[in-house]
Amino acid sequence: MKKSVFLGALTLAGLAAGTAMAQDSSTLAAVKERGVLKCGVNPGTPGFAAPDANGNFVGFDVDVCRAVAAAVLGDSEAVEYTPLTSAVRFTALASGEVDMLARNTTWTFSRDVDLKNTFVGVNYYDGQGFMVPKDLGVSSAKELGGATVCIETGTTTELNLADYFRVNNMDYEPVPVESFTEAQTQFLAGACDVYTTDASALAASRASFENPEGYVVLPEIISKEPLGPLVRHGDDNWGDIVRWSLNAMIAAEEYGVTSANAAEMANGTENPEINRLLGVEGELGAMLGLDNAWALNILTQVGNYGESFEKNIGENTPVGLARGLNAQWTEGGLIYSPPFR
Amino acid sequence: MSNTNSLSYVRKEMLEQQPAPRSQVGFTRWVRENLFSGWFNSILTIVSIFVIYKILAGTLPWLFGGVWDATSLDQCRTILNERFGNTHYACWAVLTERWNQLLYGFYPESQYWRANLAFVLMLASLAPVLFDKVPRKMLYLTMAFPFLMVWLVWGGPIWGVTSVAVGFLLGGVAFKVVDRYGSMALSAIAAVAVAVIWWLFIGPSVVEGLNAVAPIGHLEEVQSRDLGGFMICVIIGISGIALSLPIGIVLALGRQSDLFIVKTICVGFIEFIRGVPLITLLFTASLLLNYFLPPGTTFDLTLRVIIMVTLFSSAYMAEVIRGGLAALPKGQYEAADALGLDYWKAQRLIIMPQALKISIPGIVNTFIGLFKDTTLVMFIGIYDMLGLSNAIRANAAWNGIYWELFIFIGGVFWICCFAMSQYSQWLERKLRTDHR
Repeated sequence: MKKSVFLGALTLAGLAAGTAMAQDSSTLAAVKERGVLKCGVNPGTPGFAAPDANGNFVGFDVDVCRAVAAAVLGDSEAVEYTPLTSAVRFTALASGEVDMLARNTTWTFSRDVDLKNTFVGVNYYDGQGFMVPKDLGVSSAKELGGATVCIETGTTTELNLADYFRVNNMDYEPVPVESFTEAQTQFLAGACDVYTTDASALAASRASFENPEGYVVLPEIISKEPLGPLVRHGDDNWGDIVRWSLNAMIAAEEYGVTSANAAEMANGTENPEINRLLGVEGELGAMLGLDNAWALNILTQVGNYGESFEKNIGENTPVGLARGLNAQWTEGGLIYSPPFR
Repeated sequence: MSNTNSLSYVRKEMLEQQPAPRSQVGFTRWVRENLFSGWFNSILTIVSIFVIYKILAGTLPWLFGGVWDATSLDQCRTILNERFGNTHYACWAVLTERWNQLLYGFYPESQYWRANLAFVLMLASLAPVLFDKVPRKMLYLTMAFPFLMVWLVWGGPIWGVTSVAVGFLLGGVAFKVVDRYGSMALSAIAAVAVAVIWWLFIGPSVVEGLNAVAPIGHLEEVQSRDLGGFMICVIIGISGIALSLPIGIVLALGRQSDLFIVKTICVGFIEFIRGVPLITLLFTASLLLNYFLPPGTTFDLTLRVIIMVTLFSSAYMAEVIRGGLAALPKGQYEAADALGLDYWKAQRLIIMPQALKISIPGIVNTFIGLFKDTTLVMFIGIYDMLGLSNAIRANAAWNGIYWELFIFIGGVFWICCFAMSQYSQWLERKLRTDHR
């Protein structure tokens, strides 16, 4: 309780000063002058963001940072990653300690409006699920009445859990934990019957268990968790750059532009939309205040949305997530980019 | 009289000294007295032995049967299953693969020698401070070490740190010169003024010139973000310890001062810093400082953290030393006055040596606390050893490993803190002058 009051106060103080400051300096100019993009990421979530053995950050969220750096600076490696805990991420963004956040953050009304952030899109549609040991003999979340539940504090999942159990007239006993790894350990040690968090994290977590068959993920998804990158209010041009960097990755997948063929396609194709995307036709880059090869840089250095997905969290990785909701709209998913025109 | 000699009830020769009964000497006696001195203690002993056996039987196989050579937790489990048929053993392979990250963070591997050299130099420059048998000439190394360390760890051309050192040197010279003619306070002001003028106005242009003319001693630059692991704990811990002691002494003296403003400032500082949790100060340093600085300024994160940790521990240090001052009999102060010593001489020759001696346990306590508190930097996004343990677990290969990392981290901290504690006990014994 004390901690949340303190962090709330920090955030408020941050917001008051942050809005005052953000107006008098353009983020794009600052990034260009610095020559490096400061990106806030998760300190460690498998597949989404984590440092590898050499200290290089890799992951699905990290690729968004790299895309923006490629678009703005022409070099996807020109990123300084700031690992942020969920409690301080918005303060860090508001204070200007980072230029953008790509830290599996759920887009909610109050975070968007009240905390004065601009969510520029969604790069992963997630939802909250439940995992239980098979021995519990439960096949539906509706049978979980009276269970002890491991839950990360200060997250949207905590609130969703309370809502879900109230709506279904069940009671539960929460076991509050601080982090993903602590939750996993507590759950395996039997401190709680149920572990609940985003379904993607549940899948990744279960894959790492010694005995994955002994645990089941229940079919119910009880919330919408659209995760996406965000910037602070007050610099719309910068928000546009981050938004369209993400959209460029998404659109490229739709049009079949990959890291392998982007350079070749940049010589000109039959499809005017691809030509505009890759800067062969039109002046889209100049409108953003960037080089006209901005999207070409993203695609050659980072790759399109599908490539990033398969490389970091797809079915052939240890995280092993299916595309599901995150398939292109043409394939029955929700991933959709507005036209490049 | 002659009869008396033949009487048999008086022994004529001394008996050979007998060894004490076996139950009254050595190990047996110790066991009897300490473990089985009564039926209740005997029962307690047997129960304790049983509990200790159970604990060791549970942990020793786990500790020593572990796997040292694998590339992922899954592989560990496969090996253990082949060897023992179950996986109730440690997977130390995570240390084999990631020990360098736990110790050096993301420091470039080709530059490890710099970190190692800095560490050895640190031990060498601490030696003359800690032990009086070490040649006094080594103190020059101690004075040069902070600059050497910055240059070695962060890299870049050598002239930047040299210029900072020259600033201190000029300040020292100014102090000496003015001290000959004026008061202590005047010379202190002169020293600071000279140093600041050098750092702000003359130094930078000289550095620029030297970099252009003689670009020697250029080491590959390493960003603060790449520092981590045990290394960052040592850097922050040692800087905090080295800076907080002198600042703490000054604050403690200031708190006892008769000068109203000095006293108020010191009391205000101490009470403010002690009233705020360290984590708040760290958050301020990492997140909120940007509000107070002009936009576009960058201020090295490690430096910010060192400043905050130093401020925090010097407030505690001041109170510990004030305790030592308060424990000193008033007669010592009066004796110093009677000898005609001025304030600083009295402090230096009579008061402080005794007050510091009294405060040794408290000072070392604060040091150990500070060193362990360095792990809090994890919360502001610096990858110390605890932060790295999370990052390592976030890697698919090691997701799910837990005890092995924490045992290693705990072991490293225990060695450092135990060494500090042993040193302080040795120092206390050495400095003991009373007759107990």
